[in-house]
Amino acid sequence: MRAIEADALRIRTPEGVTFSLPLAGPVRRCLAMILDLFCVGVIMTTIGYLVRALSLVGDDVAGALYYLFYFVVSTGYGIFLEWRWRGQTVGKRALRLRVVDAEGLRLRPTQIVLRNLLRPVDTLPVLYLLGGAVSFFNQRRQRLGDLAAGTVVIYEAAIAEPDFTRIATAKFNSLSAYPHLAARLRMRVPPAWIAITFEALLRRDQFDPAARLELYRELAGRFQAEADFPPAATEDLSDEQYLRNVLEVMARRR
Amino acid sequence: MIVDLERFVARERPFWQELEHLLGRLDADPERTLPMEDALRLHYLYQRGGAGLAKLSALPGETALRSYVESLVSRAYGQIHETRGHHWGTSVWRWFTVSFPQAFRRRRREFALSAGLLFLGAAFGAFALRVDPSAKDSLVGFGHLKQTPAERVAKEEKEQSQSDRMAGRKTSFSAELMTHNTRVAILTCALGMTWGFGTTISLFYNGVILGAVAYDYVQAGYTRFLLGWLLPHGSVEIPAILLGGQAGFVLAGALLRRRERRRLGERLRQVTPDVLHLLGGVAILLVWAGMVEAFFSQYHEPILPYDLKIAVGLLELFCLLFFLSRAGRHARD
Repeated sequence: MRAIEADALRIRTPEGVTFSLPLAGPVRRCLAMILDLFCVGVIMTTIGYLVRALSLVGDDVAGALYYLFYFVVSTGYGIFLEWRWRGQTVGKRALRLRVVDAEGLRLRPTQIVLRNLLRPVDTLPVLYLLGGAVSFFNQRRQRLGDLAAGTVVIYEAAIAEPDFTRIATAKFNSLSAYPHLAARLRMRVPPAWIAITFEALLRRDQFDPAARLELYRELAGRFQAEADFPPAATEDLSDEQYLRNVLEVMARRR
Repeated sequence: MIVDLERFVARERPFWQELEHLLGRLDADPERTLPMEDALRLHYLYQRGGAGLAKLSALPGETALRSYVESLVSRAYGQIHETRGHHWGTSVWRWFTVSFPQAFRRRRREFALSAGLLFLGAAFGAFALRVDPSAKDSLVGFGHLKQTPAERVAKEEKEQSQSDRMAGRKTSFSAELMTHNTRVAILTCALGMTWGFGTTISLFYNGVILGAVAYDYVQAGYTRFLLGWLLPHGSVEIPAILLGGQAGFVLAGALLRRRERRRLGERLRQVTPDVLHLLGGVAILLVWAGMVEAFFSQYHEPILPYDLKIAVGLLELFCLLFFLSRAGRHARD
């Protein structure tokens, strides 16, 4: 089963598991395309030099080879690389994009060939205006070639896991004795809170002392509202130390 | 609910890593198929990863961990649930002699539409030139076609009696024709995605040029020259462009058939193999047409008798029609 949420393709498997694939935006796709055009240009320039170097075969054959290579490279570049690199070309790899099946299934050769062969119509009248307009109004951000082939281009974000060792102290963590409360926090606390708290702790020296105390008090209050640790675990902790301990117990894993 | 995340991750991580390794091996070689033992293991790891993902979904703060497991499960899902073929298929010979002609016959209505539009364009081109001969430059305003037929025939026959005007450029001319015509055929097909409007315009426009040129030579009394010049390569090239249009109308048909209960994606997926069979066949035919045009069509009398050229063209046309209508009739695609 497939559903589309804001800029993501959400797929529910027959086993009942749901996962989502973030769709690639137009700017990244455009940059990837420019990079791929550059690669095709480099390949063709190299082939041009090689063909000229083959003066043994004569100008006629050299010219024919150049025409054929140009056609094969310009048409086959995307087909070959997307097949060998599972939906990626040089440009897509650099921009962390990938072509995938719109149903989340394995990408098939016919899909790769079709989406690349239909590229000319997306480029009409100039600069991918038609394909760009179609993908702009399409929920899955598909150009015409993607629509025909049943593919989507996704963005594989590099999700950096916060390095909580940067805020950890060598002190004993009094909250670690309450794993069930840490589990409750994990269930209730939105990712944005964690990110904000992490940044607030990292930038502690950039705040005015009074503002820092106020900020930490407010953040600590939010965490306390979600999971109320016993007074014995928190009574001697400053708000700042409380936040450090909370993040540490939430992130604890081997 | 995961109470002890630390223990959960410690227990599951080896399975995630094993799944990642297995998927990495599959990604490295797209043609690879797993032995039964590995396939069963992949399925187990996928199910285990899915169960872990379901538990992690209850933890909104665990974005990075969930995304990691999510990516593994999504990749494994694609591998396990894809039951359609993911290989390049059978041999080239079998594809050309079975899959291609069968696709042509399955979609003969689209071919008829394609041919009808081209001939309609040709009729319009001939009519337009008859009504307004001064419009020739607008209708066929390029290359040697701008000359009057009498001028061109006289010039080319005279040049040929003196030297080989194609000497030293036949191979490159042939390659240029092959690649250019293949691009035109691909574009004609791709324009099918504009609900067939683009394909219609492309076929009609090509028909207008063809009709205007044909009328120009026929009314000037150079029918034998025209047939001798066009038939050897045109008997393959024109059907190839029609096949490109046919593929375009197959795509357009999938877009337009809204009354069917299937979703657009399913309709397009169903016609994809036929579109690719047709385009592949077009490319092969245009390679042949390019060679014939450069090495044979450009030679006229006194080097090559027009009757011989016409006979060759008709023979090619007959062979092509026979091939498309009969080849692979009893084979299963």
